[in-house]
Amino acid sequence: MSTQLASAPSPVQVHNLRIVLVGSRADIVDEIVIDISPGEVLGLVGESGSGKTTVGMALLGYTRRGGVVDGGEVLIEGANLAELRDAQLRKIRGGVISYIPQDPGTALNPALRIGTQLSEMLEAHAGLSEADREARISETLSEVALPSDRDFLRRYPHQLSGGQQQRVAIAMAFASRPHVIVCDEPTTGLDVTTQARVLETVKDLCRSHRVAALYVSHDLAVVAELADRVAVMYAGRIVESGTRDQLFSAPRHPYTQRLLRAVPDLAGKRAVVGIPGRAPQPGHRPSGCFFEPRCTLAEERCGQEFPPVSDLGSGHAVRCYRAADTAAKAGVTDGAAAAPAIDIGEAVLTVHELNARHGSNQVLFDVNLTVARHECLALVGESGSGKTTLARCVAGLHKNYTGQVSLAGTVLAPSARGRTSDARRQIQYVFQNPYASLNPRRTVGQTIARQLELFFPGGRRDIGTRVAACLERVSLPDTAINRFPDQLSGGERQRVAIARALAAEPAVLVCDEITSALDVSVQAAIIDLLRDLRQEVGLSILFITHNLALIRTIADRVCVMTGGRIVETGATETVFESPSADYTRQLLANTPSIEAALGEVAVAGAGSGSGSGSGSGSGE
Amino acid sequence: MTSGAIDPSFASAPAAPAAPPSRLRRRQWLATLAVALKLTRTRIGLVIVTVIVLIAILGPLFAPHSPTAFVGIPNSGPSSHALFGTDQLGRDVWSRFLHGGISVIWLAVASTAVGIVLGLIVGLAAAYAGGAVDETLMRICDVFLAFPPIVFALLLISAFGPNLLLLVLTVGISHAPRVARVMRGAALQVVERDFVKAAEAVGESRWRILFGELLPNVTSPLLVEIGLRLTYSIAIVAGLSFLGFGLQPPHADWGLMINENRLAIAVQPWGVLLPVLAIALLTVGTNLITDGIARAAIGLDRGDS
Repeated sequence: MSTQLASAPSPVQVHNLRIVLVGSRADIVDEIVIDISPGEVLGLVGESGSGKTTVGMALLGYTRRGGVVDGGEVLIEGANLAELRDAQLRKIRGGVISYIPQDPGTALNPALRIGTQLSEMLEAHAGLSEADREARISETLSEVALPSDRDFLRRYPHQLSGGQQQRVAIAMAFASRPHVIVCDEPTTGLDVTTQARVLETVKDLCRSHRVAALYVSHDLAVVAELADRVAVMYAGRIVESGTRDQLFSAPRHPYTQRLLRAVPDLAGKRAVVGIPGRAPQPGHRPSGCFFEPRCTLAEERCGQEFPPVSDLGSGHAVRCYRAADTAAKAGVTDGAAAAPAIDIGEAVLTVHELNARHGSNQVLFDVNLTVARHECLALVGESGSGKTTLARCVAGLHKNYTGQVSLAGTVLAPSARGRTSDARRQIQYVFQNPYASLNPRRTVGQTIARQLELFFPGGRRDIGTRVAACLERVSLPDTAINRFPDQLSGGERQRVAIARALAAEPAVLVCDEITSALDVSVQAAIIDLLRDLRQEVGLSILFITHNLALIRTIADRVCVMTGGRIVETGATETVFESPSADYTRQLLANTPSIEAALGEVAVAGAGSGSGSGSGSGSGE
Repeated sequence: MTSGAIDPSFASAPAAPAAPPSRLRRRQWLATLAVALKLTRTRIGLVIVTVIVLIAILGPLFAPHSPTAFVGIPNSGPSSHALFGTDQLGRDVWSRFLHGGISVIWLAVASTAVGIVLGLIVGLAAAYAGGAVDETLMRICDVFLAFPPIVFALLLISAFGPNLLLLVLTVGISHAPRVARVMRGAALQVVERDFVKAAEAVGESRWRILFGELLPNVTSPLLVEIGLRLTYSIAIVAGLSFLGFGLQPPHADWGLMINENRLAIAVQPWGVLLPVLAIALLTVGTNLITDGIARAAIGLDRGDS
């Protein structure tokens, strides 16, 4: 699967790497082949549990706790990591190969000044004199667009913003002039604006220093913007690899195709489509193709043996028996659906002149918004914009505010306890993180039954059937009733949280970033579910997110928030195609987009023409 | 390429393992106990405690004499008539020992219960309320903590006179601040979780949030705390009896027996030795069990088992 651009041997060569669990010897990843040339960025894409981080760590000579290398080899500049002593490994790590962590907040030592940390790093690896070190530090810092004056170097990590911390981590990774860099989702925790800058920095540095980079990410749009080549991982195997254009315009593996359809895109007005089912865990992987149980194209031989690599030419390789038949289905061809057309009624939720504080800190300034009956209003903003505070004011979970929140014309008390039971029932809140919003000591059945008892007392007898009906609505089987949250996947948990909210038969559903903790294929399924529910139940939804691309197919109207103020409100189409606020334009420009990256759509702050959207990512 | 000690925070959502739904998973405290029972220390502790408790409960049935009957010359050594000799008034030491355990145990259990219930309520309420309420409750606890438990008990009992109910209450109250602190600490991590917010948003009562949402998530530290407080209670109750603030003569009570017989220890050591051994073994036993539970709880939290 290598495309050798340079004649020199690749700095990164991985041959048939296999890493297994210590006890059961079940494979975490297997048959991993990677080859990265100098100056090339390889995007390693996969959903959670696909083994992408395990591969990234293996490049540094690490295995996760509980894992052990069982076969194959990792060559960094020709040196087999398995044969090196610890001292030699330490020399290579940080010197020849370095690492940009996902969370700089935990990767930087909170007790050391920025300058000390950078200097220590160079002392260990670059062997420079003190004067040279200082020169190198200021050079690297300016490369990542940070100041390098004494004052900045004397700061501690907590005195920097998340984006600055990440750029310090990047500077640390590049300072010793490594030849290989492993990036483990370095922009996941960042806002789109910061993310755009960080990505640009990483890209420039890799090009200018001819660094071979492995960019591990679950975010296909980010990879599309950054990578030269892309490898897609599924359940511990690389199922498809090729150049960026091959992979995004003409994907051949059914998983890649489905994954692309699950990614919401700014330019695309198509509906996102989830992938039903769940990736098999280590030790539970079938004998045939791992994607076979979820694949619509599966035939008999798919269930018998894992498909070999078939080379499609010019570096495009895929592991699928049906690769010849999948070409026709490439890309996204159907599902060009905008938000469902529903009659929108009178205002059901009104927020009037809301000013909210956290302690002495004002976070919301004169916010006004209305959600009409059956309407889906999206509230978009970056972290710190106050969008979650607004949602919590609406739900009665943040009482330190002035102004009014009213439900169908009745002004509500600030705290949920002060509201009537009916008001509490009518506004239901779905939390961001389904790993935290369900009590781990209660079964799914108990959680939903409690909600029913609270709002519809009496009728204990048929509670079982009513709970099952609630689960049915979110497409969960009634066997889930006796499960505890930790026995469910993230997507299933979020379905339970939605089922709990719907059990109250609310008028307004407040969804606070409900998909941000989930994989894209699961996110697509949840969005799908919400769209269906809107039509069936006639819900009003206040949908809060930082992901602009996500709301295009679901929201009727959009409010854009920044710094505690709403800067733009309008119909979804209008906001996307002719945004009036500078901030919205900037947000749209910075949101990574597969289509924009592939150059099919003009990259413009003002978004794209409506016509070019629905073809999205296909090579038609 | 050996496994390095790196433990990066893999932020990809933890893939839910297909754990077999066993009955023990239903409640964490049951799971903790089940794991604890597999540890040798817990088993040893359990055997010791069972033996002592059986002696205390069944002892009166097997006592050869009444605990208050005079059966021989005071402070005489072991004989066929009195297995472990007689005490300073000529009563049978063995019979008094068999009768004297139950009071220590029930006083200890009752005062532990008082301490745990009080401490649990205060701790959970403080953690959930936060702010000024939390601050006030914890400072009140600090005031109580400033007194050593036995001094605190002495203070109240010397003010109100010896009274078993008072004894139970004072020992319980002296435990409460410590229990409150531990439970508050455990609950603090839970109150931040969104499911508590979710319960507030639907209007669950405060009481239900404390005991329906928080309590099931802090059962492991609670179990450890119960065991630990029981151990302390036994020691304090026996100590107070020894000082004469518990059961009054002529009742048989282990703590009291030690006091009654200590002057003649050189002549007739059994009157002191038997109750001392029993109390020591009982505390060692409860402590071993507690230690096993604590280890099991840590293991469970780490996901070791």
